[in-house]
Amino acid sequence: MKTRVINFIKRFAAVALFAPAVAMAAGASVHLDKAPVSSEPAALQHGAKLFVNYCMNCHSASFVRYNQLQNIGLSEAEIRDNLMFTGERVGDLMKIAMRPAESKGWFGVAPPDLTLVARQRASADGSGADWLYTYLRQFYRDPSRPTGWNNAIFANVAMPHVFWQLQGEQVAKITQNADGTTTTALELVKPGKLSVQEYDKAVADLVSFLVWMGEPVAEKRKSIGALVLIFLAGMFVLSYALKKNYWKDIH
Amino acid sequence: MTTKSQAVLNWIDERFPLTSTWKAHLSEYYAPKNFNFWYFFGSLALLVLVIQILTGIFLVMHYKPDASLNASGVPVAFASVEYIMREVPGGWLIRYLHSTGASAFFIVVYLHMFRGLLYGSYRKPRELIWVFGTLIFLVLMAEAFMGYLLPWGQMSFWGAQVIVNLFSAIPVIGPDLSLVIRGDYVVSDATLNRFFSFHVIAVPLVLIGLVLAHIVALHEVGSNNPDGVEIKKKKDATGKPLDGIPFHPYYTVKDIVGVVVFLFFFSAVVFFMPEGGGYFLEFNNFIPADPLKTPPHIAPVWYFTPFYSILRAVTYPLFGLDAKFWGVVAMGASVVIIAFLPWLDRSPVKSIRYKGPIFKMVLVVFVIAFFILGYLGVLPPTPGRTLVSQICSVIYFAFFLLMPWYSKLDKCKPEPERVNFK
Amino acid sequence: MSVDQKMDSSRRTLLLATSAAGGVAAVATAVPFVASLTPSERAKAAGAPVEADVSKLKPGEMMTVEWRGKPVWILRRTPEMLASLDKTDEKVSDPNSVKPQQPEYAKNKHRSIKPEYLVTVGICTHLGCSPSEKFKVGADSGMGADWPGGFLCPCHGSIFDLAGRVYSSMPAPDNLEVPPHQYLADTKILVGDDGKA
Repeated sequence: MKTRVINFIKRFAAVALFAPAVAMAAGASVHLDKAPVSSEPAALQHGAKLFVNYCMNCHSASFVRYNQLQNIGLSEAEIRDNLMFTGERVGDLMKIAMRPAESKGWFGVAPPDLTLVARQRASADGSGADWLYTYLRQFYRDPSRPTGWNNAIFANVAMPHVFWQLQGEQVAKITQNADGTTTTALELVKPGKLSVQEYDKAVADLVSFLVWMGEPVAEKRKSIGALVLIFLAGMFVLSYALKKNYWKDIH
Repeated sequence: MTTKSQAVLNWIDERFPLTSTWKAHLSEYYAPKNFNFWYFFGSLALLVLVIQILTGIFLVMHYKPDASLNASGVPVAFASVEYIMREVPGGWLIRYLHSTGASAFFIVVYLHMFRGLLYGSYRKPRELIWVFGTLIFLVLMAEAFMGYLLPWGQMSFWGAQVIVNLFSAIPVIGPDLSLVIRGDYVVSDATLNRFFSFHVIAVPLVLIGLVLAHIVALHEVGSNNPDGVEIKKKKDATGKPLDGIPFHPYYTVKDIVGVVVFLFFFSAVVFFMPEGGGYFLEFNNFIPADPLKTPPHIAPVWYFTPFYSILRAVTYPLFGLDAKFWGVVAMGASVVIIAFLPWLDRSPVKSIRYKGPIFKMVLVVFVIAFFILGYLGVLPPTPGRTLVSQICSVIYFAFFLLMPWYSKLDKCKPEPERVNFK
Repeated sequence: MSVDQKMDSSRRTLLLATSAAGGVAAVATAVPFVASLTPSERAKAAGAPVEADVSKLKPGEMMTVEWRGKPVWILRRTPEMLASLDKTDEKVSDPNSVKPQQPEYAKNKHRSIKPEYLVTVGICTHLGCSPSEKFKVGADSGMGADWPGGFLCPCHGSIFDLAGRVYSSMPAPDNLEVPPHQYLADTKILVGDDGKA
């Protein structure tokens, strides 16, 4: 009886632990494309370049210092020459000149700081990277918006499509479903400088950089963690042998 | 031992009860020899308390309880947490240890409490141990709640806003009470600073005091065990319990194994999934607090959700008071009622090993109801979910309130004379 | 003690091994905590070398730049100011800069790389106040008729000459510190980094 009860509790606990994930996924969710996040220096460096050139006109990364980009394989000179434009010091934070209050007047909302965006955007639908990867590829022409652009997964977004020259122009085909919901399909009507594959790769690199920026220590964390777990496994063997040795006295 | 160190020890012992304390609480504190897996969680709770205090001390050195905006338009408190994560050497690890430790504390404490439930550890003469334990749980909830405000993210802010507003449901004094708790009309810098003070100084002091009382009371009456047998009843000629073994070295070496296993799982979370899938560190809390914009769905941290569900389950006004008030009462009662367990259980035996089928069944139903409540607490309410949470809330309370009746009714097996130890 | 008597050799080995592993764990755990007490990235960034453009500095003028939270003075000395150093030679306690208060390349009478520009940390070597400039010479300065120009620390009255050398019998024991620095261009000084360390 006792073991049966315990088994039941165990099984129940397993169901209870995994049920939320299942139930949330079944809710009103958005389909997100899986982001091919890379930790390769080349991808991160390309992402960093896109970030400072396209994003940092409006968005800051005010928790990151330029010299921390050394962690993605750039030298201090490379950072200074290729990624810094306004004569800051290489130890400075990646801030922008635009003040939050002013930009709020221009855009209606202040462009958020992007340091943590990859961690903020995680949800039951997918990781923050998945959201960003999908979002940056789903802008479409919408003349009713002040910027001329709208987004398929972030309706009426205040941000214009900063990559439109790279991606080209998409338009939305909104179809009514039988159950009253709508499906939005995007179609590329005017190609940009990059092919679809090239654009997806560029966005993937940018997203990889945003993921790195959300937690620069992540790779180091995992490598330290592996050592810690190996050590603790060894420690377990020792302490268990010690316990066995002492407890052989107890009858 | 050399004569010289013996002399030093004697010198101390004449002035301070060092040897006698060591003996009374470790080397000659006799614990039942049949402790099982469930008995690890007491020492583990103590370990987590130490982890939280130690990491807390170092976090306070860099954290700033300040809700004002810095030059980049980010609240200083939020920025200081990111400063710890990015700029303080080793800071990320200390912070993850603390944030994971909060969840680990509740996991360990819930399992520790469940152990008490399984083996009747709250029964005479251990009523006070259980009451102190319930108080620890209550204080721990306060500690966790106030600590959760400090990162000043969206969940911090809106969680505090909602919970503090609960107090306003109390008739007559409620609105003024929540105003006094916040020190402002909304959760603000004043709230942040007082929560910081409570979280860092006041509540930990109370917590440590209660933990001491919990352990002193335990060592006064001695530990229960999976058989629920009083080992003090059967002693040898020298007055040592026949089924007891010295805590040190036997349970110290055993607890070390427990500590290592715990640290393995704990480190796995800290180093490989510190966000705990969004349950340990909620994704919305990476967004700085914005008093003008509530996140689409706010749920308390997982360890509060069973009680939060009970709060939401109450939807009927009663005696001229609105449902909100009764929800708060139900939530408060659901925690406080745990303290009355020693006087609700009328079973002739302590341990589930000798209890009858009724108790076993009721316990399983109770645990299921508790998990469902916890699960519903993280989801937005729908009419269907509310109905389920109402049923589960009734089960939760029935488990306690009907216990005097069903525990007497049960067909129990006789307790053995001595503990089972293979 | 019964436990000691039963202490067989394998138990002893295991105890030692477990304690040693526990010790390693304790030390490893201490690492992040001790590390957190050392200067953060922010502190390091604030302590990074500072560039100073001295092209607009006229002779006899001084500018201050902040380096590691301390004022660093850059004084462009006139020929008269430099000449005054001969007069103060006998009044200062360490005229030849024997004490290591400056990098090797500033161990000379004018205590600088180029005689014209003095680069020094404006913090009194007594108890850390920042001395005031007293560049006027003679009685006008309020420092006596034969005052050749220099610095006066307001806290305890230590006097320094225009090379930051402390006068004899003053509370301050040492000359003002010359920080590591280098010329990136003719009129561009990098304070805090001389490219040598």
